[in-house]
Amino acid sequence: MKTIFTRPDSMTEKVTHYCPGCTHGVAHRMVAEIIDEFGIKDRTLGFAPVGCSVLIYEYMDTDYQQAAHGRAPACATGAKRVRPELIVYTYQGDGDLASIGTAEIIHAANRGEKFTVVFINNAIYGMTGGQMAPTTMPGQRTTTSPMGRDVLSAGHPIRMSEMLSTLRTPAYVVRASLHTPYNIIQSKKALRQAFQYQMDNRCFSFVELLSTCPTNWGITPVGSNKWLEENMLPYYPLGVFKTPDDE
Amino acid sequence: MAKLLMKGAEAIGEAAIRAGCTAYFAYPITPQSEVAEYLSKRLAEVGGTFVQAESEVAAAQMVYGAAGAGVRVFTTSSSPGVSLMAETMSYMAGSELPAVFVNIMRAGPGLGGILPCQSDYNQATRGAGHGDYSFMIIAPSTVQELADWMIRAFPLSEKYRNPVMIVGDGLIAQMMEPVDFDAVKAEEMPDVEGWATTGAKNRPRNLINSLFLDPLKLEEFNHHLKEKYERMAREEVRYENYMMDDEPELVCVAYGTTARIVKTAIDVLRAEGLKIGLIRPITLLPFPKDILRAESEKPHVKGFAVVEMSNGQMLDDVKWATLERKPVSFFSRNGGIVPNPEETVEFLRKEYERTQK
Repeated sequence: MKTIFTRPDSMTEKVTHYCPGCTHGVAHRMVAEIIDEFGIKDRTLGFAPVGCSVLIYEYMDTDYQQAAHGRAPACATGAKRVRPELIVYTYQGDGDLASIGTAEIIHAANRGEKFTVVFINNAIYGMTGGQMAPTTMPGQRTTTSPMGRDVLSAGHPIRMSEMLSTLRTPAYVVRASLHTPYNIIQSKKALRQAFQYQMDNRCFSFVELLSTCPTNWGITPVGSNKWLEENMLPYYPLGVFKTPDDE
Repeated sequence: MAKLLMKGAEAIGEAAIRAGCTAYFAYPITPQSEVAEYLSKRLAEVGGTFVQAESEVAAAQMVYGAAGAGVRVFTTSSSPGVSLMAETMSYMAGSELPAVFVNIMRAGPGLGGILPCQSDYNQATRGAGHGDYSFMIIAPSTVQELADWMIRAFPLSEKYRNPVMIVGDGLIAQMMEPVDFDAVKAEEMPDVEGWATTGAKNRPRNLINSLFLDPLKLEEFNHHLKEKYERMAREEVRYENYMMDDEPELVCVAYGTTARIVKTAIDVLRAEGLKIGLIRPITLLPFPKDILRAESEKPHVKGFAVVEMSNGQMLDDVKWATLERKPVSFFSRNGGIVPNPEETVEFLRKEYERTQK
């Protein structure tokens, strides 16, 4: 019998702790597939965030470091600078990257660090129990915005890809989404391109993946995909914001 | 090799390179920005890595990432910057990463001032960050000693897989003194393949982590850390005795630059026939507790005199070490004022006379 689908070699056999309908599993798997496809498992170093995906180091079968909340881009800078032969990536959620870690991500991008960032934007804090994130949509109810996000006091959602693409330093900045099979395929293409730029030592690469959090959104997994499409896509447009070939 | 006349801050940088350190991450802050200035040029010459970070938070985290990747790495800062590094310090002890931190202390609290002080003693020895952890804390008193301990600090941090911190004050970083960088022999870095994230080639993957969701495992890990610190206390205590051989009646305790002033004061008082000695802790952690406790038991010792540039932080450790068997008196200047020899002489004379009553 011919095997047509199997666990990527770069993933461990550990069962993930993610909730039903969560998109972290898909994102993890795509990163692992790319590591396999490029044959870089023995020279890949990942950085885990603080948040739901902190345990990514349990699931990926490569060298890993767990970083303090928001600091993964600084840690990755340290490691990539001293071991440029490694393929280094951070995997960060929106609380980690767009709130507590804004200084670290902006300056890593601005220095043009040659590593890859996988940024999961699901518009909410997951692990701590559904609090408002900088990416939470206007009017979106969370446990710390029970009346809905009030943009007059909490500001508008931060669009990280747009913000980072304003930097002069060459980079690859792209936003994709995980809410349909078509978009998942597009997401994988973006991730592959990001790792390719790193392997070519071209530039900093940043892939924002719009994701769902059915548990904390309080919507079914299928309903969450629809919610993402109706609420997040108009505000967070998909596409390539910047490539190192610009200018 | 001939001695070089160097500023303390530059000697820190040069000694790190002589120690085989290849990476330095920092954010400028007075009074030690010259370390970054020196290394931005010098590391490029030797093919090392220097990044000027966006903050002390990031600088320390870069040290974390590079240490986890198994290279010799360090950072330097001064008091307010060190406060920002507290997060990483806790993570590094929790992930058992070797590295060297340097705090050139300035006066606090808050933005304080830029002049020399010793008021970060508690921050250093009690652990600035959260959790049950300690760094080894070393307090040199001359530029030569600063260079020597920079060279020793890296292998020490690797021996325990725990960061080592060198503390000085603004004086030691800013003054120039002759330095011989060959006084201490550099040691090779031990093999890191067993734990560092260098790429999992022909070995199982390595993980740098301080998260334990199982409380029993976390308790076990904390016991493991405790054992390391107890071993440190058994093996690494260093101190200097000055004028301690003829049964002094008053024993001074001071470290760093302050100890040099106390030595001058003792010389003045010795010329008058006053039997005063000095115990200078070189390791503030582990603290030379047993040495001081033994002194406190000696009948000829009538009292202790602590001199610090703080409101009395090491003072607490001296009281604890001596069990206050003999009176412990205290003299300090603070806020960036360095005690001058004359006022130190007057303080010690008065304290000595008290022991004679």
